[in-house]
Amino acid sequence: MFFSFMLLFSRQGKLRLQKWYVPLSDKEKKKITRELVQTVLARKPKMCSFLEWRDLKIVYKRYASLYFCCAIEDQDNELITLEIIHRYVELLDKYFGSVCELDIIFNFEKAYFILDEFLLGGEAQETSKKNVLKAIEQADLLQEEKILKVYIN
Amino acid sequence: MALKIVKGSIDRMFDKNLQDLVRGIRNHKEDEAKYISTCIDEIKQELKQDNIAVKANAVCKLTYLQMLGYDVSWAAFNIVEVMSSSKFTYKRIGYLAASQCFHESTDVIMLTTNQIRKDLSSPNQYDTGVALTGLSCFVTPDLARDLANDIMTLMSHTKPYIRKKAVLIMYKVFLKYPESLRPAFPRLKEKLEDPDPGVQSAAVNVICELARRNPKNYLSLAPLFFKLMTSSTNNWVLIKIIKLFGALTPLEPRLGKKLIEPLTNLIHSTSAMSLLYECVNTVIAGQYWFSVGSKELCVQKLRILIEDSDQNLKYLGLLAMSKILKTHPKSVQSHKDLILQCLDDKDESIRLRALDLLYGMVSKKNLMEIVKKLMLHVDKAEGTTYRDELLTKIIDICSQSNYQYITNFEWYISILVELTRLEGTRHGHLIASQMLDVAIRVKAIRVFAVAQMATLLDNAHLLTGNMQRNGICEVLYAAAWICGEFSEHLENPMQTLEAMLRPKVATLPGHIQAVYVQNAAKLFATILKSQEGNTDSTAAQDTSQLMIDRLPLFVQSANLEVQERASCILQLVKYIQKLQQKDVEVAEEVNALFAGELNPVAPKAQKKVPVPEGLDLDAWINEPPSESESEDEQPKAIFAKEEPKHSRPRHTEVDEKELARRREARKQEQANNPFYIKASPSSQKVYQDAPGVEHIPVVQIDLSVPLKVPGLPMSDQYVKLEEERRQKERAEKKKKEKKKRKEKRSGRGKKHDSGPESEEDITPAHQVDIVTEEMPEVKENHSSKFSNIFFLHLLFWVCDDKKSSKHKKKKQKKEKEEKEKKKKKKHHHHHHHSDGGGEESVQNGTVEEEEPLPVSLSHRLINPQVVYDIQGNLQDGSQVVVSVIFENKCDSFLKSMEFNVLDSLNSKLQRPEGSGPHDGLTVPFQLPPGVSNEARFVFTVQSIVMPQKLKGTLTFIVKVDSSTHEKLDFKLHFTCTSYLITTPCYSDAFAKLLESGDLKGSSVRLEGVNMPFHHLLARICFHHHFSIVERIDSCASMYSRSIQGHHVCLLVKTSGQTVSIDAKCDEPTLLGNVLDEIKQTFSQC
Repeated sequence: MFFSFMLLFSRQGKLRLQKWYVPLSDKEKKKITRELVQTVLARKPKMCSFLEWRDLKIVYKRYASLYFCCAIEDQDNELITLEIIHRYVELLDKYFGSVCELDIIFNFEKAYFILDEFLLGGEAQETSKKNVLKAIEQADLLQEEKILKVYIN
Repeated sequence: MALKIVKGSIDRMFDKNLQDLVRGIRNHKEDEAKYISTCIDEIKQELKQDNIAVKANAVCKLTYLQMLGYDVSWAAFNIVEVMSSSKFTYKRIGYLAASQCFHESTDVIMLTTNQIRKDLSSPNQYDTGVALTGLSCFVTPDLARDLANDIMTLMSHTKPYIRKKAVLIMYKVFLKYPESLRPAFPRLKEKLEDPDPGVQSAAVNVICELARRNPKNYLSLAPLFFKLMTSSTNNWVLIKIIKLFGALTPLEPRLGKKLIEPLTNLIHSTSAMSLLYECVNTVIAGQYWFSVGSKELCVQKLRILIEDSDQNLKYLGLLAMSKILKTHPKSVQSHKDLILQCLDDKDESIRLRALDLLYGMVSKKNLMEIVKKLMLHVDKAEGTTYRDELLTKIIDICSQSNYQYITNFEWYISILVELTRLEGTRHGHLIASQMLDVAIRVKAIRVFAVAQMATLLDNAHLLTGNMQRNGICEVLYAAAWICGEFSEHLENPMQTLEAMLRPKVATLPGHIQAVYVQNAAKLFATILKSQEGNTDSTAAQDTSQLMIDRLPLFVQSANLEVQERASCILQLVKYIQKLQQKDVEVAEEVNALFAGELNPVAPKAQKKVPVPEGLDLDAWINEPPSESESEDEQPKAIFAKEEPKHSRPRHTEVDEKELARRREARKQEQANNPFYIKASPSSQKVYQDAPGVEHIPVVQIDLSVPLKVPGLPMSDQYVKLEEERRQKERAEKKKKEKKKRKEKRSGRGKKHDSGPESEEDITPAHQVDIVTEEMPEVKENHSSKFSNIFFLHLLFWVCDDKKSSKHKKKKQKKEKEEKEKKKKKKHHHHHHHSDGGGEESVQNGTVEEEEPLPVSLSHRLINPQVVYDIQGNLQDGSQVVVSVIFENKCDSFLKSMEFNVLDSLNSKLQRPEGSGPHDGLTVPFQLPPGVSNEARFVFTVQSIVMPQKLKGTLTFIVKVDSSTHEKLDFKLHFTCTSYLITTPCYSDAFAKLLESGDLKGSSVRLEGVNMPFHHLLARICFHHHFSIVERIDSCASMYSRSIQGHHVCLLVKTSGQTVSIDAKCDEPTLLGNVLDEIKQTFSQC
């Protein structure tokens, strides 16, 4: 099930988030991103969310102006992948409070932190939304404490 | 210290933070690159500061820039610095940056090992967590090896938060450092029963992934997983476990029985589509181990998915269906209606999936119906891509396994004709090849096919009228050929002849025109035959006159092939006319030109022809000179080995079994194949003891049936006719059954009892000639293509009239090399030309180097010198790259050069997509005076057995004071030797090759060769790309190989001034040409 990578990009084709779970050079990453963004954006809205691409399966879904796009292997389950994407969107929504594209642009490191608490090495590590959010909150708390300390000092 | 921190904080307030950067980029849309480069400069400054907060901020910004595509690898060390910060805030940013920017070749990674180890053992679980997360992205084999133990310890950490992360990351560690798997596995297995569900699910994940790679090591875990599967309620975990069982069942079939119950329960009960889909997929994948009932359940469930309004479910349903189809087509076929419906779906990917399914679903019964539906879709389809896809699918479906499912070929021809009406398709060629194939192989269809093709030719303007429909004019190629070859079936040959000779034809592509001209001649012959029978002799003369009037148009054609054929035929007709005027009957003789039938022949069919008694193919026809014979005992032995005495029996012994096996298999196949017709009466005898094949009724086509039903497209009526025909047959069959005379057909496979008429009972209306013998080998021989590089050294000399004498021909590097090699300066020039340049170059070649050429044109091509250097490799493509060196020898600047070659049927210059077949290629450089440069052109060559010349022109602009347009004609001579590649061959392999008996022999004798033997051999090696296998005294064996894999073997003997060459090759034409070329080489010395 381990994902190969996950991309978030806007309707205009701007990359908003990328997470690679396979080691690739920057050049390859760029090439894949460009190719996939084009392919996915060219598809009509009524089309199904899956496409075969090279030897991978691409599962994507559009939420408002953002496309969430994952690459899985041939034997993997497309529907559970869609569920994972949805779960991540829900997490973002909970964390930011009705998330929008700008939240992710301006707090992109937070979006990564949430993703990292949810998926590890391309595999869902925590299926409970509550647990993920709890972990993020506590880590954030730790961070803020430290920032406070800096200012107090 | 405090002051420093305060100062740092104040500094920070003036720094841009991430938000500022993002905002800035958004505000500088026009000059984003410039803005970012200033930002990067700032970041570089920030990174130089001591303050870790400033550094972390800079690294954070860099991570953002990295996503935008900017290179930040230069900051790798700074990232490590931030990672090592003791403060979580910065550490978090550092690890994030590292996980985004580092990859295996980042060299600073090796500096991080200790830092990561420290973080892993940090008392703060979030420090550990962050380190594990980061590590999962950039773990290298070194890191995996060094940290495996630390991570393994973390698997038993007190906090489940760390345990689950550690378990998951172990998978990545195993991948990078497989040795860690054995020591870690017991602990991993323990985690399957961890009290925390998160850790448990992580362990299931990891073991599932491992088991997918190597299932047999995990069989022992099956009971544990079975327990988990029946107890777990977590869908995510269930999906994993089911997947794992999918991988295990093939190894332990008993699992299938055990699993089927919980799986069926899940399929019935679950509301989660992902889980349902996983169960169904597992049952399908393991269908050999699961019962039939479960499969039916799956098909039912899939139907529900396909019927769902959700596009995703529809798509996956079809995808899964296609997996069932491979093994159980019957259970899918009952859902034909549903799948046909999907062809209407608005989503193209769903339509394509449905098309894939249809391919496997057709049977004799439903083929016509399915194709009819597809034809409707072709009409409706928007966008040429999908329509072309439909077209190829229709043809695929119909032609699959030698037209197995076609019962009525008239119907198929009509379908093909209907497809020609498609607007803008690219597949004219495909349709044409189908028409040809069917017309050649199904004898009974020819009358009908010819009539249809005649109509096509008559309405050719409809096909070619629109330039966009260019692709479709390929079908005219097929139409013209069929009408010509089977012209005896034409109802009104005169009309067709006129259609073929219309002036409009001259606008068609060259290769089609050539076929038109050739087949017009065939038609002409047929017409003459019918007209000469009549008393009215003027009709025949009128026909000749028509040919004489129309053919000159083609004689002027720019296409060589057309020109050649047309002028040849024109002369012939003129001669015929002369005879006609003398009242000589010529029809019979003219017909003899095209006598005989073209049959599809299996490539190895020649082997089956028995050698007539008393004919020894290897015997000398003319006894070779006795003296050379005695001298050359040794090498001759190599050639003699192939003689039957010792080699043949051994050869057949080995093959006899194999041959018998193949024959048996073929017999079986033919017996099973109702379409097979026997090639000769003798072979029929062989098969007579397999009853059934001969008794399959072949329904004669009743031509009294009106072929055109008004108001219906042509092909539709066949569906009706077919119905009627089958009903009649069914009735007959019943009668037979009553009489209890039902014959058991042996070897016709199992009978499927599905409904009143089974697949096998549908008899074909026409028979197909099927050439099945050793089909796969065809590929090996003929389509194995090679990519070669010809170095064609085209030296030309552009000069002004008067100046021409002052120019000396430059010696080319290659020539020099050759000289050194050959050490034969005197003759060098001649040989060189004779090698490649053909007659013309020979003429020019005799001119001394210092002498001016009689240049009469203002610019002139002196001499195309062809130096082939074939770098043939066993790679794909029948492509030949011709490298041309252009050298400007005049004092003016040359530019806008355009290189063009008139294609022949066999060799074509590859032009970029979108350009026409006659467009030239722009030479990608200009030539200042005295400069030479090289350009490469790619040609596709089909057959290499004949030498050929391609005419070409080079147009260019000469810039003196004003620019003038100039043209230069040249010829490219592709000799047969140039298709040979020097291939070394060892004498034992060589002997084996000769023994194999696959090679045909030929010989040539050269008189008056006055050179030492080793020079002679060197010359053959050099000019004709042979290598010496073995040499004994005045006798040598040589070997070469063509780019398409033909073996060419030579035995060269010399005595006095006579050289005899005995040659063997598996392609006699090629061999003949190579020998001619060798002869030519030596005739010029």
